[in-house]
Amino acid sequence: MPSGTVESPPSTLVGRNLFPHRHLLGIAPLKPWEIRFLLDQAEHWVGINRSGTRKHDDRLKGLTQINAFFENSTRTLLSFEIAGKRLGADVVNMHAAQSSVKKGETLIDTAVTLNAMRADVIVIRHGSSGAVQLIADKVDCPVLNAGDGWHEHPTQALLDALTIRRRRGYIEGQIVTICGDVLHSRVARSNMLSLAALGAQVRVVAPPTLMPAEVECMGATPYTSFDAALDGADVVMMLRIQNERMDGGFIPSTREYHRLYGLTPERLALAKPDVLVMHPGPMNRGVEIDSAVADHPDHSAITEQVEMGVAVRMACLDVLTRGRRGVEGWS
Amino acid sequence: MGTNRKIAITGGLLADPARESAAPGTLLIGGDRILAAGQVDIPSDAERIDAGGLVIAPGLVDLGVFRTDKPAFHFGGITRAALMPDQSMPLDDVGLIREATRKGKPDFWVHPIAAATRGLAGKEMAEIGLMQQAGAKAVATGRQWIADSGVMWRILSYASGLGLTVISHAEDGGLAGKAVATSGETATRLGLASAPACAEAMAIARDLALLRNTGGALHFRLVTTGAGFDLIRAAKAEGLKVSCGVSPSYFMLSDNAVTDYRTFARMSPPLRSEDDRKAVIAAVADGTVDVITSSHDPCGPEDKRLPFADAEPGVAGAETLLALSLNLVRDGHLGITALMRLLAANPARILGVDAGDFTPGSAADIIFIDPDAPWIVDSARMAAAAGNTPFDRMPVQGRVRRLMKGGIFY
Repeated sequence: MPSGTVESPPSTLVGRNLFPHRHLLGIAPLKPWEIRFLLDQAEHWVGINRSGTRKHDDRLKGLTQINAFFENSTRTLLSFEIAGKRLGADVVNMHAAQSSVKKGETLIDTAVTLNAMRADVIVIRHGSSGAVQLIADKVDCPVLNAGDGWHEHPTQALLDALTIRRRRGYIEGQIVTICGDVLHSRVARSNMLSLAALGAQVRVVAPPTLMPAEVECMGATPYTSFDAALDGADVVMMLRIQNERMDGGFIPSTREYHRLYGLTPERLALAKPDVLVMHPGPMNRGVEIDSAVADHPDHSAITEQVEMGVAVRMACLDVLTRGRRGVEGWS
Repeated sequence: MGTNRKIAITGGLLADPARESAAPGTLLIGGDRILAAGQVDIPSDAERIDAGGLVIAPGLVDLGVFRTDKPAFHFGGITRAALMPDQSMPLDDVGLIREATRKGKPDFWVHPIAAATRGLAGKEMAEIGLMQQAGAKAVATGRQWIADSGVMWRILSYASGLGLTVISHAEDGGLAGKAVATSGETATRLGLASAPACAEAMAIARDLALLRNTGGALHFRLVTTGAGFDLIRAAKAEGLKVSCGVSPSYFMLSDNAVTDYRTFARMSPPLRSEDDRKAVIAAVADGTVDVITSSHDPCGPEDKRLPFADAEPGVAGAETLLALSLNLVRDGHLGITALMRLLAANPARILGVDAGDFTPGSAADIIFIDPDAPWIVDSARMAAAAGNTPFDRMPVQGRVRRLMKGGIFY
């Protein structure tokens, strides 16, 4: 899509029409104004979360939120748990990754079980692309995708967009460079879709072995030279490089990767002077990002991303449960 | 069977694979063999059966299926199938081969394909000669590539001495790895592990280079890319004894079909681009393709109702093989007798069995086809052991009305 243009909603929307989706499975099914609606909703929760010590809002009181994580996670699980609790939901965590539930084996059965327990909203992370949709098709309540394989991680993309929008005031026309293991990254996929939909100029940069084929279809322009991709960038988003990719399979070594694709202070100077540095965490300091950059008081927005994560997840939980809570116009 | 009674099938349109086009005629059968086809003097002691204007064709010979699933094969007009060695116990042993040959008789014949290597592990050669004596009609690498070129060279060389065709899987294992899709827009959008389509041409090029040295016959069970067909076309022109097959999925569908993680469209090799889909049709039309196979592989929900990458590959294709292949005739890519070469005569020739055509002495395996009869594919109500078809709800044309195996109607 041409940069700098953002589709507008067909008419003035109210109630359910603002977000006519039962689940949040990815960014791909969302219209630009639906993404903006979720960001606007999240702004409210940023304010509440920052106001004093009592952050409780009991609109989800009596509702059961199950966090079913089939893949290990610390920060995303914590973020969803805090979001649910701040809204007053009864939050239950299911650590399927540590139990006997093996990959795929009993997924449909697990979905049926969760459904029978009358969950009101289910948050799912799974290691296989498409697995969350598979479960969503089998349950009666809203499902939130907290990451499925290499496919999508929509709340991460929303919190990243919110972070950029709050820092910059707008997303349209911003040059955003996403660097790292794009091939295996659901964060990259969701971000490419969301930022392109919101009118940013998205660049992706990776060694060719870690770049998906025909990545242009996601609304991004591919680069192999990090320096070229950084030229004039407003935002640099670094991706975590997994240890298992660095054994010579996709890239020769950690030190070579750092030399070619690590974000150093020298390299960051190629971007705009007020460039924003982001990372979905957890970081490999000294590999994809230098500490001097990650901790830079002006450039780094990394801790802010974590903060926005809670607000975005509160917004998503609120919006997706409006139908069952009988909110006017949302049934 | 066993009787010498004569049957004359009259009033039909004979789709004789040896002829240029279908023509009205009589098919004369004696016992379990064909006696004559065409303008035939009907003996006075022959029982006459009126075909009522239907197309009379040889029973289909399905080269490369994964299950013995008689109801589905009979529905699809398939009277013989060559069973791939990829079974729960790989067909690498004389006893397993012998057992497989007995499986469908009398009304359906299974021609087992011997595993080229023990356990299909791609390392040590299996007892190919003994399995041939037990009834194996070809030898196959299984649904995988043999990575070690030395092993593949010895298999081609050894099998050539036995007069057995080697059936190869055309996907370079190093490139294919754990891929479940072809690299491209769909795999990128869905976040699926993918391999470049050139994995096929890589594998074909190597095996052809080996064949040039060993001699013998080589068949690629499924070729799915334009680059793969180019290599086969050139090899045939050069005079190598090479043949290849396709399945309807590859000329009907592109990798768009896996959108929404439809596991019924998960197959091996994976679905390709639209350009490659068109290349399959072109290769059928210009005679590069020798065989159309169902690749029949019924998979139940325990294998298919899973995340895409965890699901088993495979399509229940036996029931739709003929109807989908008839699309090629209706679209003018080839005539019905040429189609019968791909569905019956050529696979029988590759397997070395006297079937699949109307030659006197050939097995009396016959089907009556109503080529325009409309029906709708319904995955919930299939004759197959499981309904994993990517063509669910698709309206198709072409039904088998009667099936004769070895001179007897079933």
